[in-house]
Amino acid sequence: MEPLIGPAASPILHDLGRAALGGGLIGLAAGVLMLANGRVAGISGLFAGLLGGRAGTWKEDLLFLAGLPLGALAFRGLGGVVHISLTSSPLLLLAGGLLVGFGTRLGGGCTSGHAVCGLARLSPRSVVATALFMAAAMATVAGGKFL
Amino acid sequence: MSTARQSIARQGIALVAGLLFGLGLAVSGMVNPGKVLGFLDIFGRWDPSLAGVMATAIPVTAVFYRLAARRRTSLTGTPLPSLPGRPIDRNLVIGALLFGMGWGSVGFCPGPAIEALVLDGRAWVFIGAMAAGMLVHTWASGRQG
Repeated sequence: MEPLIGPAASPILHDLGRAALGGGLIGLAAGVLMLANGRVAGISGLFAGLLGGRAGTWKEDLLFLAGLPLGALAFRGLGGVVHISLTSSPLLLLAGGLLVGFGTRLGGGCTSGHAVCGLARLSPRSVVATALFMAAAMATVAGGKFL
Repeated sequence: MSTARQSIARQGIALVAGLLFGLGLAVSGMVNPGKVLGFLDIFGRWDPSLAGVMATAIPVTAVFYRLAARRRTSLTGTPLPSLPGRPIDRNLVIGALLFGMGWGSVGFCPGPAIEALVLDGRAWVFIGAMAAGMLVHTWASGRQG
């Protein structure tokens, strides 16, 4: 059977189909983590919690985070191809990592916590945070072109 | 359910949820910083994929959150978090702007970067710096408060 959306038909439609499918899996994961475990799938928050040695839920939080790379390996195991194009210099990787670490703690979340889980419950804080970090990221990419 | 069985169930569910989340990032291509930068590059050859991811991730999450909101405890018996409507303050604004600058300069946010640890060794540099940034925040807020 011909796939409904294939790379031959339209690369953008093919990518959007994959995006919608991947988004559905992400929503399922975040939803199940709340309904079954009562945990918000906020990745920066879970990572920071482990870093700070927060007791109680550390085992399940660590397992959730360990599942992320396993997901990539599972995708490869199923025959999927994972591309990584990373063009940043080591210095930019360091600076970017520092900003992401400090910023997500100060702002109380990242793409998963604010943009997925926060927007899903229409949290005003998450709406503001998502608009701001999207705008700042777009401005940074635009600004980087002139440097 | 006994507490020991509860916690084993929670751990298994957390691992499967993490795996599904990682699978979603891989299927959609969002684990790739180059593809994320394609979305953020609104003045270039714009790649709408990240918007497509959000278009399904948010409503699917919302359905589960609605179901959870009707319950007193989670399915494994743990209390459901009451997520308080904290005010929109200066920290939220500055934090989101700094996070956006870091995200836009590399193309990694925390989830894809953790996932990429097994795909590209340079992700370790980013994650190490991210951990350092978080520790700086802990140290700075300790001094302040």
